[in-house]
Amino acid sequence: MTQYLLIESRDPFESNDVSYYYDLARGLAESGNQVTLLLVQNGVLSARPSAHSAALGALARSGVTVLADDFSVKERGITRLAEGVVAAPIDVVVDHLAAGHKTLWH
Amino acid sequence: MSKKTLTIALMDPPYESENLTTAFRILDIAARRGYDINVFAYEGASGLAFVRQMPHPNPVHGKDVAEENHPTTKDQVAAVLAAAEQNGGKVDWVNCGMCVDERGVNEFVPGTRRGSPADFHAFAEASDNVLVIPTK
Repeated sequence: MTQYLLIESRDPFESNDVSYYYDLARGLAESGNQVTLLLVQNGVLSARPSAHSAALGALARSGVTVLADDFSVKERGITRLAEGVVAAPIDVVVDHLAAGHKTLWH
Repeated sequence: MSKKTLTIALMDPPYESENLTTAFRILDIAARRGYDINVFAYEGASGLAFVRQMPHPNPVHGKDVAEENHPTTKDQVAAVLAAAEQNGGKVDWVNCGMCVDERGVNEFVPGTRRGSPADFHAFAEASDNVLVIPTK
């Protein structure tokens, strides 16, 4: 089993590539890998309960750990996170890097 | 916590992308942990350590230089170097040589140096992990 950290920085309302990145996360998890998706910057906009947040709940149910950078969340005035999303400090990036997990930025 | 060596490649130019805010937050955490850090500053990011950057006032808001307290990326680079040193780590910050020549930013914050993509390859070979933060 390989461990992955996928970092999504793009706004899902602006870029359709985001859904492909979610698909990558789900595919890796369904293939037996341990996957964490970290939303940062405008990537956290899907973590606000909205038309895009259902996709994150589905990812969480498929076994992907879905995190949202707490700083990015606060900057954008998001006070409630969608189902399946947990706020986390940016330290998690360094944790995953130090642990040798494959880390991708989108 | 064992000592780690991490490499981060940056590509965004100063003052244009939130990617750099996040990148400096990640670098700060790694530096405070005393990790050894390699940074390859490529393309626009080669200007991050340009030493002639100057903070500016904000006349629209009626603030002078001190009141505006405008952060420069050269100071952020220096802060990462200082944090690493204070915590027993070191930073090898390489500014892509062709990139700095193209942009006329070939004067660096002390402690950073000129290099080439070959340095990035060497960094990747010698590191525990690598993160590439590309432009959008």
